[in-house]
Amino acid sequence: MVPVSAYLIVAIVLFGIGTVGVLISRNMIVMFMCIELMLNAANLALIAFSRSLEVMDGHAFVFLVLTVAAAEAAVGLAIVLAIYRNRETINIDRFSILKW
Amino acid sequence: MIDYTSAGIDFGLIAPEIALLVTAFVILLISSIRRLNAFPIYIAFIGLVVTLALSIQQWSNQESGFFGMISCDNFGIAFKILFSATSLLVLLLGYRYMIARGIDRPEYSALLLISTMGMMVMANTTDLVVMFLGLEIMSVPLYVMAGFARRSLRSNEAAIKYFMMGAFASAFLLMGIAFVYGASGTTELRRIVADISFISSRHGAYIYAGAALILVGFGFKVAAVPFHSWVPDVYEGAPTPVTAFFSVAPKAAGFAVMLRIFLFGFADLEILSDVFWVLSVLTMSVGNILALRQGNVKRLLAYSSIAHAGYIMVALAVGGEEAVSAAIFYLVAYTIFNLGGFAVVTLLETRSGCRSNFSELPGLAATHPYLSAILALFMLALGGFPPTVGFLGKFYLFAAAIKSGYIWLAVIGVMNSFLSVYYYLRVVKASYFETSDEPFTPVSYTPAIVAVLIITAVGTLGLGFFPQQLLEFSRSAIFAFL
Repeated sequence: MVPVSAYLIVAIVLFGIGTVGVLISRNMIVMFMCIELMLNAANLALIAFSRSLEVMDGHAFVFLVLTVAAAEAAVGLAIVLAIYRNRETINIDRFSILKW
Repeated sequence: MIDYTSAGIDFGLIAPEIALLVTAFVILLISSIRRLNAFPIYIAFIGLVVTLALSIQQWSNQESGFFGMISCDNFGIAFKILFSATSLLVLLLGYRYMIARGIDRPEYSALLLISTMGMMVMANTTDLVVMFLGLEIMSVPLYVMAGFARRSLRSNEAAIKYFMMGAFASAFLLMGIAFVYGASGTTELRRIVADISFISSRHGAYIYAGAALILVGFGFKVAAVPFHSWVPDVYEGAPTPVTAFFSVAPKAAGFAVMLRIFLFGFADLEILSDVFWVLSVLTMSVGNILALRQGNVKRLLAYSSIAHAGYIMVALAVGGEEAVSAAIFYLVAYTIFNLGGFAVVTLLETRSGCRSNFSELPGLAATHPYLSAILALFMLALGGFPPTVGFLGKFYLFAAAIKSGYIWLAVIGVMNSFLSVYYYLRVVKASYFETSDEPFTPVSYTPAIVAVLIITAVGTLGLGFFPQQLLEFSRSAIFAFL
């Protein structure tokens, strides 16, 4: 039996990697992937808690989160595509018409 | 313990949300028929009026339903009314602008309605899962709306920045909810309240980590310092009617949820009051100081909206019934005069080539006396001058702070208001006392935007003189969680 803390440590590490990735990456797709990583870290934590508490709410919540993440991905990729059509780049540093 | 989850399914509780969703889908269906492309705006208007009526009709109906997932109390209903009215005004004020910029696509109305529905869901629940879901229903359409002018590089940039920051914040919020769930075994705030002392004695670290992560998530949404860096760029780049919507509705929704979570759910975590004290002071000071040197009215209003978030956060630091009702009063008042300010900016920007820089304002007073007078009125209300409702809003907030012993918070708030007067008056000065070589291009009024201007101006002044109604409204809207 793996203790719940082990899952939590993995979740926190994944969340940390995602956060750092969003903050230092310059490529929009990579930033986007890092956000997905953060969401999935939260999912992992939810499932681990759900199992250890033996309450099934957490499992249901994970499905909602997956759906939301898919909707967000659709919108996010559409925005990236619109930008690529206009500017031929997806490097976030090139986005400085408005002061960041 | 009371069993909240026994409350069954009652569609009457979510009638306004259903009305919005049905209207949005009807619009999407109709917009696929090219011949009928002019209709969606009218359908959206009718749908929003119906929603507003349904929300008002729910007033003082304190019920819980959908197995504890939806709680329709006066607090939530007050926000429903606020959101549908805001959405209605934004729909009216944006119509001509969208046509002038060639982006008057029917999906705009549908997205506006869906986003409004998400806000209503957020305000009408005590369950963290449903709050998260409502937040996403609100945010995803907003990302699209920010980038609605898809040929414009500025709009693109606003969309990607808003999207990245919004999704990043959602991830924090979600992780926070996961921790709270792990500590308490439930996501229902009423259950968390019931045994928070037990939870925090046994899983103290989890509940604090969860509260902190949730705070970061919502800090981004309501644009609290230090999570505010996206605000000016997004506000400047997005189409102006969309900015008008951003500056009021999602902020109000964020505060509705924050008031519920932090003043009700985690009311026993004493450190939160200090945290909000610091956040509030930081937010209002940084917002006001950065606003001083802006050269663009939209950016100025963006920083001013950050400062206003700081004022409202005073209520979160203070807590208690009086502060909550003061916060609701302030949110309603802020919505009215901020929308009014953005209506004037939208009207100016409907002329081609206008970006609402300060240098474009001179000549406004000479050629459009009424419009410049109204702009001055909104600026004075934002700065908190009597006899506008902006003064009363600040007065009630700071009075509540003083009564609960937060003297310094109130003092810093008042000093910040004085500071903010400087930059609001810069707008007035530019339109009245400065001259420019270029002639002022006349604006073209439409019935819709004139209606918005009249409603907001009358609201700003009228509620300033006769605040009784709004005061009673906000007093009966404090949360009675069954």
